[in-house]
Amino acid sequence: MVRSIWGVRSVRGAFLAATMLAGLSIAAPAQAADSIKVGGLATLEGAFTVLGQDGLRGLELALKEANYTAGGKKIELVKGSSDATPDSAIRAARKLVEQDKVDILVGPLSGDEGVAMRDFAKTHPNVTFINGSSAAQDTTLRNPAPNFYRFNTDGVQWAAGLGDYSAKTKGYKRVVTVAEDYGFPYSQVMGFMLEFCKAGGKVADKFWVPIGNKDFSSIIAKIPDNINAIYVALGGADATNFLTQYEQSGGDKPMIAGSITVDQTVLGAKGKRRSYLIGTPSAGPIADTWDDAKWKQFVADYKKAFPDGLPSPSLFAHAYYLAGKAMVAGLNEVKGDLGDGEKKFQAALAKLTMDTPTGKVSLDKNRQAVADIFLTEVVEGPNNTLMNKVVKVIPQVNQTMGMDEAEFLKLGPASRDNPECR
Amino acid sequence: MTIAIQDTTVRSPTNLALHGRIAKYGLLGLALLAYPLMASDFWIVQIGAQTLFMGTIALSLMWLGGYGGMVSLAQLTFAGVAAYMVAVFGVSNRPDISLGWEWWAAIPVALLIATAFATITGMLAARTEGIYTIMITLAIAVAFSLFCRQNYAIFNGFAGFAGLKPPSLFGLNLRAPLPFYYLSLAFAAAAYAGVVYVTRSTFGLALQAVRDNPRRMRAIGFNVYAHRVAAYAMSGLLAAVGGLLLAWFNGRISPGSIAAGPCINVLVMAVLGGMVHPVGPYVGALVFILLQNFAIDLIDPERFNLVIGVAFLIIVLASPDGLVGLWQRMTRRRSEGPSSQR
Repeated sequence: MVRSIWGVRSVRGAFLAATMLAGLSIAAPAQAADSIKVGGLATLEGAFTVLGQDGLRGLELALKEANYTAGGKKIELVKGSSDATPDSAIRAARKLVEQDKVDILVGPLSGDEGVAMRDFAKTHPNVTFINGSSAAQDTTLRNPAPNFYRFNTDGVQWAAGLGDYSAKTKGYKRVVTVAEDYGFPYSQVMGFMLEFCKAGGKVADKFWVPIGNKDFSSIIAKIPDNINAIYVALGGADATNFLTQYEQSGGDKPMIAGSITVDQTVLGAKGKRRSYLIGTPSAGPIADTWDDAKWKQFVADYKKAFPDGLPSPSLFAHAYYLAGKAMVAGLNEVKGDLGDGEKKFQAALAKLTMDTPTGKVSLDKNRQAVADIFLTEVVEGPNNTLMNKVVKVIPQVNQTMGMDEAEFLKLGPASRDNPECR
Repeated sequence: MTIAIQDTTVRSPTNLALHGRIAKYGLLGLALLAYPLMASDFWIVQIGAQTLFMGTIALSLMWLGGYGGMVSLAQLTFAGVAAYMVAVFGVSNRPDISLGWEWWAAIPVALLIATAFATITGMLAARTEGIYTIMITLAIAVAFSLFCRQNYAIFNGFAGFAGLKPPSLFGLNLRAPLPFYYLSLAFAAAAYAGVVYVTRSTFGLALQAVRDNPRRMRAIGFNVYAHRVAAYAMSGLLAAVGGLLLAWFNGRISPGSIAAGPCINVLVMAVLGGMVHPVGPYVGALVFILLQNFAIDLIDPERFNLVIGVAFLIIVLASPDGLVGLWQRMTRRRSEGPSSQR
């Protein structure tokens, strides 16, 4: 028979282990008073790893430009990783805030993580949370946390101008939507429909697919013939898969695209798909090929700082960059004073108006960004490449899309069946 | 796959060994009770409490695998059923779905449904052996997670439920670091004691005999199938208790928390600790959670999963029966010398 694990000698062992554990737990890292600790939280694992890495590049670029000092203090960056689930984001945040004792937390990346982070922020009022790139509407619209700041626009704002343009300029009257089944695409569809329905358009049907869906044939079979276009809010491989299968089944209705649908992987298409893509409108917080000196400078800086990064900064890098810039500006304003529960710093952030590579950014009373949105359309560029050309810049879009706040709140939270206009 | 399990039942304890054991359990108990006095909130909750309730979920697997010889990947699913049910019957951020029952009604119902779910899973899985058990339980785990993600009427789809809180007893907030730690400790101690007690009961001994030689047990008139299903039911109850604490710890439950990856993590914890003693899953959970939290500090943040993987490989290669097996071998060698009596 095997001995019990509590062998005779193990009393001493158990005692030793207990003492070691205790010693370990007290060894929380000490903190120098002349440095500021910043947590950078992004998805460094799971399906969004590439996006998370690019997000942190944006944050590092902002810190590099400030030479890792702000308000006369050294900035120390501690990274944390999530896998895009709210649980993992909170787990990483708890470690950064409670164990590493960061003064400021920048993140997270994805929509539902943001909502969870807002709730977590409420339990740590003396730490300042600056959103990374998460874009679910409710994070700042309903029950906002007083110490949670978002310097990027949300998924509804990102659709500004798209509905109007599709209905009026493109002349689409009847569409269906195909989008992934979670918070961020709900916001995107809502943003599109707000304008599209007001302009007299009808959304005949909405199809929601799980993230990572491979087989779209059952949806494609259900797309009716009497529509003018399909609104597609899918990301990454999902978009490619859908377009391939739609093309193979002989579909030819033009596409209206969400903010992360038409990226470089989709634009790299060859053959018949190329001509299909030309003329696809979309809208979002950045436009790769915007002909603006400051934007071009930002792209050049990014490429110089990260030669092995993406060909052009993604909207995640852009959002984390804004967060980093805002943090540095706020710290400079209060000369690095984070005393009194960071109240002074938080007040400075709330009042901040920034001049960014994508125009002016300021915060509303819920600490949510008001910023410019770019309406783009796929055109044929030089060397036979496809590119998103800026059609129009919609200036200073706020969270309620220019509507009265009470009226906007009455629309209810974006969901699978809200809004409707059949 | 048969798991090489060494006999872990009681030896008839001499008075001396009994006293030694009481002293050791007392010492461990004291250390666990005193632990929060010297730890920060992070260490109390994120490491301490999480180890205790994830260890309890892993214990449900150790019980099933170690004593019953059935490796199930659906343990976190049973925990998830309990977590979802406490959200559906109790209070959550979705009052249109949640029934808003009082905790003393919602919690027992949640535990009951999770146990029933485990029993039904057991009725299916107990008909299979070895790798087929792993496959069928994995299929159930993945199917349940996907079902939750696509069902909006009861499980609220991708977003799941948030705003889950433990009941507040006598004005005490059980989610505050200290009370939550002691709550987790109490449940873990009860689960541990329960497993130890049942393994020494007639049922537990019969189950171990079924594990070692089902054919002989059948021949002498035991109902092998019923014993296995009952083992599943008990593992379901253990996992469900851990699931309640998991839901309160995160304050939420969503399909991502019970997807295939986290389900496999439970198996990793149990194997890491060793499936030879009920303390193994807790040791495994502790090592797993420490790595999960701190691996990112040891190496480039983009590569930290490599550290976790390599650590697991080393432990499993060095000791096929986990850290507890390693410990057993070391203490045996020291106290008994090379000619160890078996």
